[in-house]
Parts: sequence; C-alpha cells; structure tokens
Amino acid sequence: MTYALEIEGLVKNYSDGFQALKGIDLQVRKGDFFALLGPNGAGKSTTLGIVSSLVNKSGGRVRVFGHDIDSELSKAKVNLGVVPQEFNFNQFEKVIDIVTTQAGYYGIPLKQAKVSAEKYLKKLGLWDKRDTPSRMLSGGMKRRLMIARALVHEPRLLILDEPTAGVDIELRRSMWQFLEEMNRQGTTIILTTHYLEEAEALCRNIAIIDQGKIIRHTSKRELLQQLSVETFVLDTDRGLDTPPKLSGFHCTINDDGALEVDVVKGQGLNALFIELENNGIKVMSMRTKANRLEELFVRMVEDNARDDSTQAEVTA
Amino acid sequence: MTAQALWTAFCTIVLREVRRFTRIWPQTLLPPAVTMTLYFIIFGNLIGSRIGEMGGFDYMQFIVPGLIMMAVITSSYANVVSSFFSMKFQRSIEELLVSPVPNWTILTGYVAGGMARGLSIGLIVTLLSLAFTRLSVHNLPMVVITVFLTSALFSLGGFINAMLATKFDDISIVPTFVLTPLTYLGGVFYSIDMLPSFWQGASMINPILYMVNGFRFGILGVSDVNPFVSLGMIVIFIVLLAAIALRMLARGKGIRH
Repeated sequence: MTYALEIEGLVKNYSDGFQALKGIDLQVRKGDFFALLGPNGAGKSTTLGIVSSLVNKSGGRVRVFGHDIDSELSKAKVNLGVVPQEFNFNQFEKVIDIVTTQAGYYGIPLKQAKVSAEKYLKKLGLWDKRDTPSRMLSGGMKRRLMIARALVHEPRLLILDEPTAGVDIELRRSMWQFLEEMNRQGTTIILTTHYLEEAEALCRNIAIIDQGKIIRHTSKRELLQQLSVETFVLDTDRGLDTPPKLSGFHCTINDDGALEVDVVKGQGLNALFIELENNGIKVMSMRTKANRLEELFVRMVEDNARDDSTQAEVTA
Repeated sequence: MTAQALWTAFCTIVLREVRRFTRIWPQTLLPPAVTMTLYFIIFGNLIGSRIGEMGGFDYMQFIVPGLIMMAVITSSYANVVSSFFSMKFQRSIEELLVSPVPNWTILTGYVAGGMARGLSIGLIVTLLSLAFTRLSVHNLPMVVITVFLTSALFSLGGFINAMLATKFDDISIVPTFVLTPLTYLGGVFYSIDMLPSFWQGASMINPILYMVNGFRFGILGVSDVNPFVSLGMIVIFIVLLAAIALRMLARGKGIRH
C-alpha cells in the first residue's frame, strides 16, 4: 500500500548533542485527516520540518506518496503543501504576489498561477485583500494567506503546523470547515495543534509524540475508547451553588454554574437520571465535555515522563 | 521538474528580484546615480581639469569606465546580499526551500536578479556620464562580456555573504571593509603605472583591477593589464564562487537546521 507519508526510523541529532527525534516510525494513509500531537519541544515541528525539507535529518527514511526524499526529492515536494507555525512570507509583498510567486516555484506559469491564486484567495476570504501588502493583514488573515500559498499548486498532502494558533473561535471554526472540505475532496491533511478539541473534531487518526518518540499511533476512536471516565455537562432548571450528592457519581459545579458529572465506563446514564430525579433536579440540556482527548493526552504524556524517569533511575 | 517548469521557476525568482529593487527604487537606483554624478562633477570636472591627461585621455574619460564598473560591482553585490539575507531573516526563504526548485536554479535566479540591478545601474551611470564627456566604444564585445561577467561574479559574492551572514551587520562588513577599498585601489581613479613598482605588484593581486581594466580596454582601448587575462581571471572566480555557493546550498548552510 502506498501511503501519503511514510516515516521509518527518523532521527535528528543537533550539533550540541541534543537528540530531537529518536527513531520515529509513522504512516499516514492517503485521504486521512491525521493529527500529530505532543507537548512543546516533543519533536512535532522537527518531524514536519524534515518532511518539508526545512530541517536536515540525521537518519531514517521519509517517503511522500512513495517518493523518497533522498532519491526523489523533487517529486516528493510537488505532492506537498506546507503551512508553518510562524509567518514566513515577505512582509512587504502583496498578497497576490506571494501566492503567484509560490506557484511559479512549482513551475506553474503566471497566467495559470493567477487563476489558482484567485480560487484559493476567494475560498479563504482574502480576494479583496489581494493588492494589500501582507504586513497590513490581521493575524487570522496572515494564517489564511499561508494556507492559500500552500494550496496554490494543488498538493495531495497538506501539512499544517499549529494552523489556528492565536486565531479567534469564529475564524477557527471557518478554517476547520475549509480543511474538512479540502479533505473531503481528497487532500490528505496532517495537523499539529495545541487545541486538542481541534484534533478531536477534525482528525480520524492520531499519533502522540513525546521526547522525540511516538508514544501512541492509532485511530481517534480507539484512543477515545480508552477513556474510563466521561464527563457530562448538564444545564439544570435552577442554579446550583453546591454539587448535589448523587449516589455513585462525582459531581462539580463549573464556572458557568452548570453541573458536571463524571460517568464511569459501564455505569450508564439511566442511573444518573434516576439519581437526578431523586434529588429533584430537572435537566434542561446536556452535552459531553469536549476535552476527552486532552485528558488522555495529558495522561499518556505523564505516563511517558514517569516511565523515562524510572528508567533513568534504574540506569543510574 | 521539466525544462519548462524550471524556466518558469527561474523567471519567477528573477521577476521577484526585479520587482523588489524597482519597488524600492529610491534606495536602490537613485543613490548610485546621485553618487556617480557627484564623482563626475568633483573628480572629473573640478579636479580632473587640473590633473590633465591620463593614459592618453583626459581625466574624465579615463575615470568613467572605472566608475561605471564600480557602480555595477557594488549594486550587483548589494542586491543579492540584502535580498537573500532579508529572505533568511523573514524566513520567506522557506517558500523556496519547500518547493521543488533545484539549488542551481535558486542560485542562477538570484545571480540574474543581481545582474539585472547591476546592469540597470551600469546603464543609468553610462547615460549620466554622457552629460559630462564623450564616450566612444573601442571594443563592444569586450565591454558587454566584461560587464556581464563582473556583475555575475559580484552577485555570486553577495549570495555567499548572505548565506554566511547571521545578522544585518554581517552584510555590510564585506562591502565596507573589502569591496570599497579594493574598488578604490583597483585603478578606478588612476593608472597603476603611476605607482611605485612594489605597489604595482601588490595591485596585481586585486581582482577588481582586472575587471576595471578589462572594461576600460573595451571602452578606451587602454589597459594596465592584458584584457584577456582580465576575462580569464573573472571566469575563474565565477567558477570558484559558484562551486562554493552550490556546496553551501546543498548543505543548507544558514538556511536549514
């Protein structure tokens, strides 16, 4: 099977002796919406930097749609679009020039580049700003400009490193919709994000990287099934100052005055509603607390850190 | 990439460079025009009239080829060093690094961009000089080849400087402390025949001397050195610097982690 991205034994050693990647293996299927998660300094950006040729690797292999970056770099790059974490366009150039110039680097003639630039600038709501110098754009617009630039040559694999960092909620949602549409049309997407809600909402498969190692590589569904406890947020008919005593359930009142109840896997919701009924609490609406992935993520990273420190003690 | 795609990528880099230096023309095109006009007025007209002839020509005619070459050298170098370093500084160089453009196309694109500015300045200064003196061309192919190759050579120099630079200070050190002294001592304002024999010998290790004299031979038909030796020296330096620049690009010196 040809993957959109295959990474085998990827190692990155810096000249100061720091090992950023310690032999990473990763496969991303064609058409996938994939999240690469990890705490700061875990190796996410280094991994994506190597895939996009911005970082030299020390060892291992990387293939993009079957093209090895050591032997077929040009073919690998044609299939790749990259949206980096930091703004990396010329602040003095106009929006349209930035996008058409990028197309030119891929060998797309100017006439055709203008058509493609118009398509993506319109889709991302930047067409009206096409003649504006990029430094005059807002932070959200700059992020969208980088997405338009990455897509102008119609790559099959789009890599986004923290694409919604510092973007307001409304814009973040519209960017999610755009990325989902791109994915539906066949573009494979790899995303790193600090907003685990984002990964939970968008991605089908997830890898968690910590201290230069992949500590988990699985589907989102499988990952979420590991949750032993799920938290539900209940809006009740009257304000609660203190959490009610519900037999078998742990309750808290959140900042908005809503009731949060932890339900252990297998416990079932019927028992919860019986307890609420017994306490005279009427539920007006109910939702799942959207940080399930975050809970798992924190747990896995903590477990990994604990394993490493134990190993270090044994070695010492 | 196909040959057609490579050509498009090359033209894109050159066009971007031309757009850059024409957008900021008060910083790029105007200053050398003003400086060279002052040279023509002060050294050519005011002081030159008291110096008399040099190499069989009046002083103004003698210094014009050197001044044109000086403008070409500094502009070619400055264009590439400032453009490439600011791309590194703003990280917009990553736009090129993620694309399939091969290193040699990146290099030739930037060199062509530097040449476009250097030759534009050369043309502007030549036109300005016509207001002060009559300029006849002794050997047109020699003029064209020398000015093109010199512009290419110093564009390459600017590229290497930009690759090595880590801060803005680093891109002004070479032009200020190396390029300008070598240009002034490269026979722009005098014939090396006027120097004591030791300094004549010392001048021969200055590469800019060959370029200035090659160009002067093309215009006036006089030169302190054999013009074909001049061309040979320029070609050798171009090959050497191009090899160094390509090696640095392949290693990602200063642009890849």
